[in-house]
Amino acid sequence: MADNTTGVPKKEMAKAYEKYAKSFTPKPTYVANCVRAFIAGGLLCILAMFLQNKLMAMGQNEKDAAAIVTIAMICAAQLLTGIGLFDSLTKMAGAGVIVPITGFANSMVAPALEYKKEGLVLGVGGKLFSLAGPVLVYGISSAVAVGILYWLIGGAK
Amino acid sequence: MKNKLGKQTLVFRNKPVITGECAVVGTREGSGPMKEYFDVILDDDTYGEKTWEKAESMMLKNAILTAIRKAGLEKSNIDVMLTGDLLNQLMSSSFTARDVSIPFIGLYGACSTMTQSMLMASVFVDGGFAEHAVCGASSHYCTAERQFRMPLEHGNQRPPSAQWTATASGAAVISRQPCTANNILIPAPKEIFVTYATIGKIIDTGMKDANQMGAAMAPAAVDTILNHFEDTGMTPADYDVILTGDLGYIGKEIALDLFADAGIDSAKLGVRYDDCGTMLYYREKEDVHGGGSGCGCSASIYTGYLFRKMRAGEFKRALIVSTGAMLSTISPFQGESIPGIAHAVTLETS
Repeated sequence: MADNTTGVPKKEMAKAYEKYAKSFTPKPTYVANCVRAFIAGGLLCILAMFLQNKLMAMGQNEKDAAAIVTIAMICAAQLLTGIGLFDSLTKMAGAGVIVPITGFANSMVAPALEYKKEGLVLGVGGKLFSLAGPVLVYGISSAVAVGILYWLIGGAK
Repeated sequence: MKNKLGKQTLVFRNKPVITGECAVVGTREGSGPMKEYFDVILDDDTYGEKTWEKAESMMLKNAILTAIRKAGLEKSNIDVMLTGDLLNQLMSSSFTARDVSIPFIGLYGACSTMTQSMLMASVFVDGGFAEHAVCGASSHYCTAERQFRMPLEHGNQRPPSAQWTATASGAAVISRQPCTANNILIPAPKEIFVTYATIGKIIDTGMKDANQMGAAMAPAAVDTILNHFEDTGMTPADYDVILTGDLGYIGKEIALDLFADAGIDSAKLGVRYDDCGTMLYYREKEDVHGGGSGCGCSASIYTGYLFRKMRAGEFKRALIVSTGAMLSTISPFQGESIPGIAHAVTLETS
């Protein structure tokens, strides 16, 4: 199975074995996952929209109402993570709750809970961004890149 | 060499004997199909400790001390402790060893640790380097998850092939002579002897998906078992039961298919062969996807279920083959594939 000199199998061997192993592996239920994510994500958006409309009816302007709703969603996700329900919710709803801001909130709170035992500075402080870090790095980097591009083509005044 | 057969198999001519054993498992494992066989089932997976790592150490400690007590011995009678776990720098084992103050050698074999430690303990005892050796292994879902995967409360969907690290620990005392302590029971339980062990080679299939451990380890298990048969001249029919460690549902199917390719009739093998990863949980109810894994998975099934059945005379000869996926926490990020390993140990009753 392995290349004699290194013990690492050749690429085509590895590919063939992966294909062979795959034939024994049940397929993830992609369609059902998509439907569930669609419904859960949709419900979440309806709930957010409902809250925003309520807030606007109570006299908030649109910008403030949107900010309040976002904060409420983040808090709700954090609370659900804290009491250990968010991961069960995700098992069902998948991308429906991971893609919205709720998923981001979860990815911050989960490491904070997990690394509390290692102390506030090197535990929580050091590991807080272990999941969200990559998203922030590349999110902010691409935002800066796009901003410069926008400025270069004369979009900014 | 007088104590070696073929290329990889050791013969224990002095027949080291298993004098005591204990299985400690978590709540989920303790409500599975094997629940009646375990010595201790935790009410709470923290085991009253402040950290998961402490809880795992406590489980191993409890398993070791109970096994020693069951052998009718004291801590001070034990010449060497050979244990291992999945954590970096063998945290659970080393901290257990700190508490029990028995001369200690830590072993890392990923999930193959239980047979690895039994093999080593038997070598010590058979070679006359120890009168009594204690071996064991532990794993904890919460410690393994945070080290190898994601924080516990992180929301994600596990693929169907992902396996569930067992919160479990098993330990056994291997001695030069049977202890008389057990013989007051009537009828006297059978003695379990360690007669052969086959040291496995790393087999790397090139699999890189850390959610496909069973598939990555199955060829190693098959390789070790086939070499065992070749070295000893035995066949599957010589065994009443053959157990692999934690291949899980997918790995077990692959192993059976590979055995069929090697000319071992799967109908003949099927009745004897099972995998601890498929035995520990109810597949549908527990939502464990690919089955159980972790050092504790095979350790608790051997020391809980198998040894009990053997002592009761239901199985006369057993081949146990714990399987390990020797990946590290950084190797997948460096694009490395998963090296698989498996060690086999033959157990016989008097």
